[in-house]
Amino acid sequence: MVRFEDVWLKYRNPARPGAPAKDILRAISFEIPDGGFRWLTGPSGAGKTSLLKLIYLAEHPTQGLIDILGTRAANITRREAALLRRRIGVVYQDFRLLPQLSAYDNVALPMRLAHRGETQINADVTEILRWVGLEDRLHARPDELSGGAQQRIAIARAVVARPKLLVADEPTGNLDDEQAQRLMLLITALNRLGTTVVVATHNMALVERYPAPKLRIEDGKLVQNG
Amino acid sequence: MAKRDDLGLRAALADRLLPVLVAAMSFLAALGLAGTLASASLAHSWQSQASDTLTIQVPQPNNPDASGKTTRLAAVQAALAQTPGVTNPQVMSQADENALLTPWLGEDATQLGLQMPGVISASWAGPGSPDALGEALDKISAGTMVDAGAVWAARVAALTSSLQDCAAAVLVIVALVAAAVVAVAARAGLAQRRDTITIVHGLGALDGDIATRFANRAVVLVAAGSVAGTLLALPVLDWLAALAAPFSGQMTGSALSNVPMPLWFILPLLPIAAAGIGWATAQLTVRSWLRSLP
Repeated sequence: MVRFEDVWLKYRNPARPGAPAKDILRAISFEIPDGGFRWLTGPSGAGKTSLLKLIYLAEHPTQGLIDILGTRAANITRREAALLRRRIGVVYQDFRLLPQLSAYDNVALPMRLAHRGETQINADVTEILRWVGLEDRLHARPDELSGGAQQRIAIARAVVARPKLLVADEPTGNLDDEQAQRLMLLITALNRLGTTVVVATHNMALVERYPAPKLRIEDGKLVQNG
Repeated sequence: MAKRDDLGLRAALADRLLPVLVAAMSFLAALGLAGTLASASLAHSWQSQASDTLTIQVPQPNNPDASGKTTRLAAVQAALAQTPGVTNPQVMSQADENALLTPWLGEDATQLGLQMPGVISASWAGPGSPDALGEALDKISAGTMVDAGAVWAARVAALTSSLQDCAAAVLVIVALVAAAVVAVAARAGLAQRRDTITIVHGLGALDGDIATRFANRAVVLVAAGSVAGTLLALPVLDWLAALAAPFSGQMTGSALSNVPMPLWFILPLLPIAAAGIGWATAQLTVRSWLRSLP
């Protein structure tokens, strides 16, 4: 379950210390049940990425309560936060692959962090890279791959450890229609297996093709929930 | 976290500069350690030789004493022989006295017409200080002076204690500089791998896992540098020990044979201590930096 209760996020401009903090998110409240699926939509700069950062614990709210997978985010230690992050798969808008690692090692990273055995890692990573169509690029480094291929690696890394919560920020932005369809098949399959999913997108065609409840943000406020 | 170099630390953590700087620190630390040991050894040797020595000067030694029955020198010697705590009183021969005075007065001081005092050397084994001895001997033979080695021993002790303090301060300063060098290197590595660490942190890496990866890398580099620095210090220590041999009573010999035996046991601890400093410093630096992440 993901639950936001009157969550505010404000940023101060470090270049103007005296200036008032800017409201990025304002009084956000919603709840996504375990195994739920939500599209997160809204115009650029509305606050979608900031809201996702709160979900995957990359930001602390200025005000309000956040529960992630049944854990009150404000009450946990750094170690507990790290262990909670391992249960969250994240597809970043800018991929965030480690440039010094191969495609295989990038995808294997979450499993290695969780101290899984190399036998299991090899089976799961090979399978997921086959799923995203990169089984022949296992040893390629990110800078040797196209933007679309890098995005597929980022997606594979996010789902390889079978997270309880999957957060994706524009996951189909660099994919062609066929790859986007394939990705959505993967995400909906995970969702059917019980993974809670939040996908931020501008692609309204994709949203219409896979109908699900929507969280719509405009100017930092939640204007649609459901 | 896996044992592989996922964070790219081999490239990020200065693998040339850090070992060289640590080697220099270890070189200085080895000299500091040797200085500590040498000053302690010399202090022990000098104090044990000087603290129990008495030198008694008797002016006009051949004149009659207060009783008129014997010479002043013989009277003082007899009194010393009967004084509890004084052992082995020996009158210094004219030849020995001349040998002592030759650097100042030339080959034969007697030719200068100077009145030379009689000199008696003895050992003091009594309790406390022999201060009262001078007064007692002065009554037997006026003008007799007692020079107790304990005074010199105390001065030597103060000097060598200062030397030991200086050497210990050098060791502490070297350790602090080494820690600072590791901290700077770790921060440089963190700056270079900021994006990577942020990603790994976001994937659920524990602070301890990341810090340990840095610390392990730092240990390898610091230990390598420290071993090199310690080995480079050996010939210098051998040379210094050879220079100090006349003072310590040791004989010079083949290569590295002058290095005192205790150093052979202590020097191997230097890379271990350096590695410990490197590990702890890297852990603290990285954990502190990670606090800036959510």
